[in-house]
Amino acid sequence: MKEDNPAIQAQNISPKVASKTKRKMKSREMAYYFMVLPAVILFAAFHTFPALQGIYYSFTNWNGISLDYDFVGLKNYINLFKDVTVLDSYLFTFKFAIFAAILVNIISLAVAIGLNSKIKGRNFFRAVYFLPNVLSVLIVGFIFNFFFTNILPDLGEEYKIEFLTTNILGSADFAWIGILLVFVWQACAFNIILYLSGLQTVPSELYEASSLDGANKWQQFWKVTFPMIAPFFTINMVLSMKNSLMVFDQIVAMTGGGPGNSTTSISLLIYTGGFSGGEFAFQSANAVIYFIVIMLISVFQLKILQKREMDM
Amino acid sequence: MMEKRTNWPVTILIALGSILILFPLYMAISIALKNPQELAQSALSFPFNLHWENFTRAIEATNFFSALKNSAVITIFTLVFTILSNSMVAYAIARNMHRKLFKTLYFYFVSALFIPFPIIMLPVVKQTSALGLNNPAGLILLYVVYGMAMNIFIYVGYIRSIPQELEEAAIVDGCSTWGVFWKVIFPLLTPINATVGILTCLWAWNDFLLPLIILSDSADATLPLVQYVFQTEFGTDYNLAFASYLLALAPMVLVYLFAQRWIIGGVVKGAIK
Repeated sequence: MKEDNPAIQAQNISPKVASKTKRKMKSREMAYYFMVLPAVILFAAFHTFPALQGIYYSFTNWNGISLDYDFVGLKNYINLFKDVTVLDSYLFTFKFAIFAAILVNIISLAVAIGLNSKIKGRNFFRAVYFLPNVLSVLIVGFIFNFFFTNILPDLGEEYKIEFLTTNILGSADFAWIGILLVFVWQACAFNIILYLSGLQTVPSELYEASSLDGANKWQQFWKVTFPMIAPFFTINMVLSMKNSLMVFDQIVAMTGGGPGNSTTSISLLIYTGGFSGGEFAFQSANAVIYFIVIMLISVFQLKILQKREMDM
Repeated sequence: MMEKRTNWPVTILIALGSILILFPLYMAISIALKNPQELAQSALSFPFNLHWENFTRAIEATNFFSALKNSAVITIFTLVFTILSNSMVAYAIARNMHRKLFKTLYFYFVSALFIPFPIIMLPVVKQTSALGLNNPAGLILLYVVYGMAMNIFIYVGYIRSIPQELEEAAIVDGCSTWGVFWKVIFPLLTPINATVGILTCLWAWNDFLLPLIILSDSADATLPLVQYVFQTEFGTDYNLAFASYLLALAPMVLVYLFAQRWIIGGVVKGAIK
């Protein structure tokens, strides 16, 4: 538009006016650049630059404090694959994320279908189910920490349920389940609301037609409801998987990564190892691998789930 | 699903499920209002003797009002700067998507959605402390910058659905690009500003990791961070701890009680865009 504005040419106005208009056009264009410039600089300085720095440090042996450091090439990356703590944290995080994503989506979809049917006090219940989403994850973790440590064992004693009498957060085998429950409790809030808005896009005629065809509720769900809300399933799956791979606050509030390393997630390990363990460079390499893993999973999930969407 | 009558079995199931949501909050309130003897007898029984002094103790012990002020200042400034700056950047991008540079910028910002924070976490702490930004001002800056990926994605989608005729009319009237944005476009963004505002507030208010690594002075601590810092001091004084937790949760819960429909609507719009 800057060079040959047809309006200016067609009107055949005096060159002076034309150049003035041109100048005006130019400042109009320039304004767009000034609008984005500060944001680009800040974003590059505080997002892209530290990310690149992280990659840079991952090839060094810097401990985060000392004044000098050396390049060590791929040594950190090679050591990552030999480090038991790192491997354990990946195993824990993946186990956690897979269970979390599946549970969150099943429960959310079930609750959303319930909220979408003809029930009493629908708006009230919708508000209740969304409430956990406005609460601080850390504080919710503290509240549940007390529940698992003090209340559940008491209930176990009282009702003679052997399994509950010990604090599950103190058990290397079961602590992750406690964290999983808290994560699911809170993460469902957002997913329920998303599924609910998805269900409301399904036209009621479709249900009427399918019940005329003699479909039962179960068939109706798989043949009508689910295909119609498939895009919501895709976005919910990707989001909940990504969020659960990043789990941090709940663990800080409930186990601190223990007992042992049994509930140390990847982000927690990068935090503790990087800041207080003198493993700045090593954990930077860990973060790079973690970034690649998260990206691959997100892209993979989107591809698979979108293909499913098309098939349906 | 098409029954005209109320579906009672589902209503009952949904009601039972909602007890699971409300139970931890009941437990928190019940513990916060008891004294240690009553708590030792039963944590879940209804608190008949209301020990409000737990709350006054918590306010004093954790310097609650200072943390409340810190959280409020950080959230409000983040909110204002985010809405003003991110909407403007998105406008410039949305109206120039046919240009290679702006299209590249769009993908540059939005691709940050895929970058997990831990890869930035370690270097950014060094960077902010070197620049003297290990304080609330630095935290606000980081929230505004890190929110951009999501917000620009939301804003650009919305702005592209606004017809350009309105802007053209303003341009003919001699309005500059800045004028067009502030006088014509920005007022039209109110619904999506609400969405971005709600998401930003919930994030900045409840976030724990960023204040934990960025803030160096404990006097600057936000509400969630204070709960973390005081964990050892609370020790086994659960009544005090839970009073403090509830005080920290209360402001957002109160806002939610009054604006629940609006907040849910805003969050949904942000997710579907």
